[in-house]
Amino acid sequence: MNKHIRAFVVPVIAVVVFLAFWEWLVWFNGWPRFKMAAPSDLPPAFERHWPLFLSMGWQTLWRTVVGLFLAVLFGTLLGMIMGFSRTMRDALYPLLVGFNAIPKATVVPIVALMFVGQHDFNTVLLAFMISFFPIAVSVSIGLSTLEPEYRDILRSLGASQATIFWKIALPKTLPEFFGALKVAVTLAFIGTNLMEIVSPHGRGLGALFDSGRTNSDFPLMFAVLIALAFLGIVLYYIVVALEKIFAGWAERAPG
Amino acid sequence: MVSDQRGVGCAGDTGFGGGMQNLIEIKGVKHAYQTDAGPLPVLDGLEISVPEGGFVAVVGPSGCGKSTLTRLIAGLMKPDEGEVWLHGEKVKGPRSTVGMAFQNPVLLEWRTILKNVLLPLEIVPSKLSRKQAEDRARFLLSLVGLEGFEDKRPSELSGGMRQRASLCRALIHQPDVLILDEPFGALDAFTREDLWQTMHRVKEREPFTGVLITHDLRESIFLADQVVVLSGRPARTQYVLDVPSSGPRTLEDLYTAVAAEQLNILRHQIQIAQGRSTAGEGAA
Repeated sequence: MNKHIRAFVVPVIAVVVFLAFWEWLVWFNGWPRFKMAAPSDLPPAFERHWPLFLSMGWQTLWRTVVGLFLAVLFGTLLGMIMGFSRTMRDALYPLLVGFNAIPKATVVPIVALMFVGQHDFNTVLLAFMISFFPIAVSVSIGLSTLEPEYRDILRSLGASQATIFWKIALPKTLPEFFGALKVAVTLAFIGTNLMEIVSPHGRGLGALFDSGRTNSDFPLMFAVLIALAFLGIVLYYIVVALEKIFAGWAERAPG
Repeated sequence: MVSDQRGVGCAGDTGFGGGMQNLIEIKGVKHAYQTDAGPLPVLDGLEISVPEGGFVAVVGPSGCGKSTLTRLIAGLMKPDEGEVWLHGEKVKGPRSTVGMAFQNPVLLEWRTILKNVLLPLEIVPSKLSRKQAEDRARFLLSLVGLEGFEDKRPSELSGGMRQRASLCRALIHQPDVLILDEPFGALDAFTREDLWQTMHRVKEREPFTGVLITHDLRESIFLADQVVVLSGRPARTQYVLDVPSSGPRTLEDLYTAVAAEQLNILRHQIQIAQGRSTAGEGAA
């Protein structure tokens, strides 16, 4: 079989088989819609609430992206500080690990209570808090593990620290950075939805999901999950595309 | 102030210029690293001088501070005691008249070979135009046999080819001192011999004053005019061997009686440096 056709056809068949099994399972058990949704229930659910999906999907999307953007800025800065200064690394690392260990669901009520009514801010804040950690760690590791010879090559010519950072340290860290960004993009998405679901305020796909839950509207809940998966995939592949552009050199040529 | 002297005596004289001042002068250098267990002396009263256009190989037991020596010459660190002079000036910090190549070629993976070679010119002020710089890089690459690889990435090259590219990068800004820290150490024997010959070809066309750190005694007498044996840690200058045949050599020169005798002397000296020699053993 042609390689390209196989790369396309095999996954499609797998998805179809999965959906068919799901449909069969619901049909075979005779589950009603307030107990479980079948794939055939999803298109009507999307159709019924389409304007809501659009507006709330947009809210979820932009808040995730803004949170992620802040996480990239802050995480990179923190990573640089820890990567360049041994003292700062020793000081910040335990704090960072401790902060990361706190399940973010428990932070939601605190944040919601602290900034009552500022839903956009709250949501962005949570997306940010949950996603900056891998970026900070990867940048700091990337910088601190730079082989001394790389530094020496430029330093022996009288290059400044800033030049060494721009010409060598930064580009060399990019593959690790993008690896972390792929994790962070998924995490930021979780953060946004945590805030939207745990502290509902009528905005975002999380709120739509919550209203489905209140009504035991399984088709709506599953439709929201599909929409979330779709947005997550889109964001992920945007990161992959950026990685190809900026760190494509790190990819080994096949063979 | 530094660049005024560049190129003055580099015009082709590869022999030991009579009466000329030494280009590299290492005087009574002592250095110790601070460790948890107290200071660890690595260099103790090192004396090395290299005349303009000379090529000195430094050999010694592992861990005797040879790499520290390269960092001192490059101005990347300061000795605790003693002085390093280049071109009649005391070394106080990094100087752009130095080129370096290490065992690890440290090419930047995200740049093409040509762009890698051009890297030093982005740091060092240069009179060359962009076009001239590129022409020079292409010339150097062809000199080491990398013609046609200018636009490849380092990951597409073999270890020996990467080391050749690294050599071009060390030479692009016309340094008058070339510091080679075991540049061929990680290569297989045949590739290494190939690169030795390349070195002679390069030195004929692009004269420099060289310091070569190596573990390979054959390499030292094949490339250098003078071989300095360092003692075990803390390292002193233990023995200096003048290699009679200066200038380009062929591999056959390594299989002569003279070469065998030199290698024997060096081997004996290394054994003394390692502290496990008896007079009889070394001469065997």
